[in-house]
Amino acid sequence: MTNRDLLLKIRDLHLEGRSDETWQQIVNGVDLDLHKGEVLGLIGESGAGKSTIGLAAMGFTRDGVRISKGSVEFDGIDLTQASASKKRSLLGKRIAYVAQSAAASFNPAHKLIEQHVEAPVQHGVMSKAEAMADGIELYRRLRLPNPEEIGFRYPHQVSGGQLQRAMTAMAMSCRPDLIIFDEPTTALDVTTQIEVLAAIRRIVEEFDTAAIYITHDLAVVAQMADRIKVLLKGDEVEEADTRTMLSAPKENYTRSLWAVRSFQRPAKPAPAADATPIVSIQNVTAAYGKIDVLHDVSFDIHAGRTVAVVGESGSGKSTTARCITGLLPPRQGVIEFEGEPLPRDYRKRNKDQLRQAQMIYQMADTALNPRKTIGEIIGRPVQFYTGLRGAKKRERVRALLNQIELEPDQFIDRLPSELSGGQKQRIGIARALAAEPRFVICDEVTSALDQLVAEGILKLLARLQDELGLTYMFITHDLATVQAIADEVVVMKEGEVVEHGPKAQMFRPPHHPYTDLLLSSVPEMDPDWLSRMLAERGEDNIGDAAVVRM
Amino acid sequence: MSTLIWIVLVFAALVAAGWVFRFAGQTVTGRPYFRDMEMTTAFGYALGVFTIGVGVWLYFFVEQAVFFRWAVQGFVIFALAAWLFRLLGRHVGTEGTRKLFRHMPLTASFGILMILIYAIVAIFAQWLAPYGQEEVFAQVNVLPGGDPAAGGDPAHPLGTDQIGRDLLSRLIYGAQNTVGIAFATTCLAFLLGGSLGFLAATIGGWLDNLLSRAVDVLMAIPSLIFALLLMTIASAWAGSQSGMLTFYMVIIIAVIDSTRVYRLSRAVGGNIVVMDYIEAAKLRGEGLGYLIFREILPNAYAPLLAEFGLRFCFVFLTIASLSFLGVGIQPPLADWGTMVRDLSQFINFAAFSPLTAALPLMAAGAIALLTVAVNFVVDWMLHRSSGLKE
Repeated sequence: MTNRDLLLKIRDLHLEGRSDETWQQIVNGVDLDLHKGEVLGLIGESGAGKSTIGLAAMGFTRDGVRISKGSVEFDGIDLTQASASKKRSLLGKRIAYVAQSAAASFNPAHKLIEQHVEAPVQHGVMSKAEAMADGIELYRRLRLPNPEEIGFRYPHQVSGGQLQRAMTAMAMSCRPDLIIFDEPTTALDVTTQIEVLAAIRRIVEEFDTAAIYITHDLAVVAQMADRIKVLLKGDEVEEADTRTMLSAPKENYTRSLWAVRSFQRPAKPAPAADATPIVSIQNVTAAYGKIDVLHDVSFDIHAGRTVAVVGESGSGKSTTARCITGLLPPRQGVIEFEGEPLPRDYRKRNKDQLRQAQMIYQMADTALNPRKTIGEIIGRPVQFYTGLRGAKKRERVRALLNQIELEPDQFIDRLPSELSGGQKQRIGIARALAAEPRFVICDEVTSALDQLVAEGILKLLARLQDELGLTYMFITHDLATVQAIADEVVVMKEGEVVEHGPKAQMFRPPHHPYTDLLLSSVPEMDPDWLSRMLAERGEDNIGDAAVVRM
Repeated sequence: MSTLIWIVLVFAALVAAGWVFRFAGQTVTGRPYFRDMEMTTAFGYALGVFTIGVGVWLYFFVEQAVFFRWAVQGFVIFALAAWLFRLLGRHVGTEGTRKLFRHMPLTASFGILMILIYAIVAIFAQWLAPYGQEEVFAQVNVLPGGDPAAGGDPAHPLGTDQIGRDLLSRLIYGAQNTVGIAFATTCLAFLLGGSLGFLAATIGGWLDNLLSRAVDVLMAIPSLIFALLLMTIASAWAGSQSGMLTFYMVIIIAVIDSTRVYRLSRAVGGNIVVMDYIEAAKLRGEGLGYLIFREILPNAYAPLLAEFGLRFCFVFLTIASLSFLGVGIQPPLADWGTMVRDLSQFINFAAFSPLTAALPLMAAGAIALLTVAVNFVVDWMLHRSSGLKE
């Protein structure tokens, strides 16, 4: 590595962010070296400053952020001192950026290829016709379907994974020396993610482009990066070659990140054959408007157990939950609660039926009313269902806060905006518990959280299940979470149940081909996993292409 | 033609001055700010300096620019008053209000000060005004200034109108009538539009369609013409009871303006009802009243409050224009819109007696000042609430 030229040299980089009229340090003196053709992985939890460093590597800062000290040298040019016009001549041409959400980064009013040719034409690298021809060539290399035509579609006419690849093609349009990838696959399903990962890795290798790959997912970075740098709250924790880092991390923090996926609770024994399930979904078909989105779905959930419902976006997991809660009355079929059929519409259910089934939401930000204090949020269901008032109500709220491991005195009068993501999710759990339910639906409760925080939530849910005898329906797309907490697994695809059984059986072949694809698409911590996987399945038999063929 | 040449010459000179300024900045300081400065920014600096120069020249060297001098003096006095008011607010009051004043821009403290003054004048008009609003004196058309040599009278500092009523008293009572009625009308419009809008957003379906189409029909008619039409009908109903006519006017303007409030609250409410916490409340079995007033409304305060400020100004101006056209607040009640109309002839005296010409401007200025003040406060509130969300 040392004999290759140094492309990017960041020294003692300090970044400050503005909050409440004062400047606060968000990155404290990070050094970074990147050689030509090398991929560096930046990992850390949210707030670690990885995106901010990624942008600073282009000499750019977001509004309210400034570079207070240090230098960013790109090919001998110090970007912190360079003039605006000098930076303009570099950005897009020699340095490119791929954002997390391609859907939000493309202009919805223009066709893909029109946006693709902008940079090369602006920088005078190619004529418009050449740039278009080159764009089609790049689409082909990134294995987009119909490369000749796909560029003439609008962003909303292609899928998320395709859009992310089109964005990578756009970044490649001037053959830059450096690309910053900022969580390019975080918003994608596993089967789509693998396609995008394979495409990015191939094209970066082909053009010998240097890249900074920012992510919070260790297994992903293990596939992509030559070296990994771990960040924590604006400080570097450690840096090493990918293999060294994975096999022998030096620091405790890194080890704790590595160990997150090890949490696993043993599966509970199977229920008695004649036991009445707490929730029984029988032949449910449901529709949005005239289009059926659930087809004849049936499964049982037994008391005290955790049933994980797994599938990709659009598979009908959340719709099933909406049918159970009565928000979407099913077109056909019955939902029974302890043997009694529930009214289809939640408005027709009585207070006790509503109380028994509670829900915890994916986005704690939108699930808690931002104008109410924690005490009010948890206190309302307490008062509503149990009729407790005044001091007794407050006592119950404090007990609930203790149950979710938050200090009551510290939190009861705060607003949701003053809490971290994990704390908000705990409040969501407390609100569900306040109704004293028997059955709780957890809708992707950990997918918006950092891994360490998510692990804490899973442990809390497991403990509460043991203490209160709760039954969970756990909706997720993350198979690691399923491994950790589920007793039974239901796999859904396009509104149908494709496989259903105890966890142990699910993770052992033979599988339904879709389950197989789902399981094999989850990145592993082994740096050779992607190469091995591509060799095994073939480049054309992964991701969406494989799903379509099924 | 020569004017055009002058404009072109000044423009060219400003461009040249801007370039020289930037070049000087680059060579003398060498800071990146000057290096990266766009030519347009440099031109802006040159233009700013030029405008200030023209202002200074007008203020000190042009004898006829009386109104300009008054405007500058007024601006300085108001700015000073706002600054002093903010200083007061920072040292008096509870911890909460003091903190509020610490982060307050000068525009907002000016707005709050003005609104306070208007409120005090409106509430205590009976005691503040030297005479009653309907009191008629022997001398008519007394000129303002209180100088007997120039046709004034010290007993009537702002003079009297064509039937001998004291103008200062009428200006003060005008605050009570115009502002009070506008406030009541705006509140009514919000009660009506807000509750129907949230109802439509929460229930949706046929009710939403029915209400929205009804509102569309009302909005399709130009509002001032519609108000004039309805006021004509109302004046036939009210007959000689001017109190009833005022009551009808409040209802008519409130209904017309509630359509705008309905649109806003339905849109804002529509964004809030899709949130998961509303779903959670629905699944808990909460009633409609709780959903609207306890879950949705607190999250809609910021845009509604902003709209309240703007809407208040519009209502206020509508009342003033209706009065100006003769169908609004009826004499003998004092009203700023009517005053502008009655005194508008005096504007012809601007060349001879600036003070006399300023009379209709006083009523108009009272309207303008309140409108500006309310908008300043609303801007500040919006800024604050959007800042909190980050």
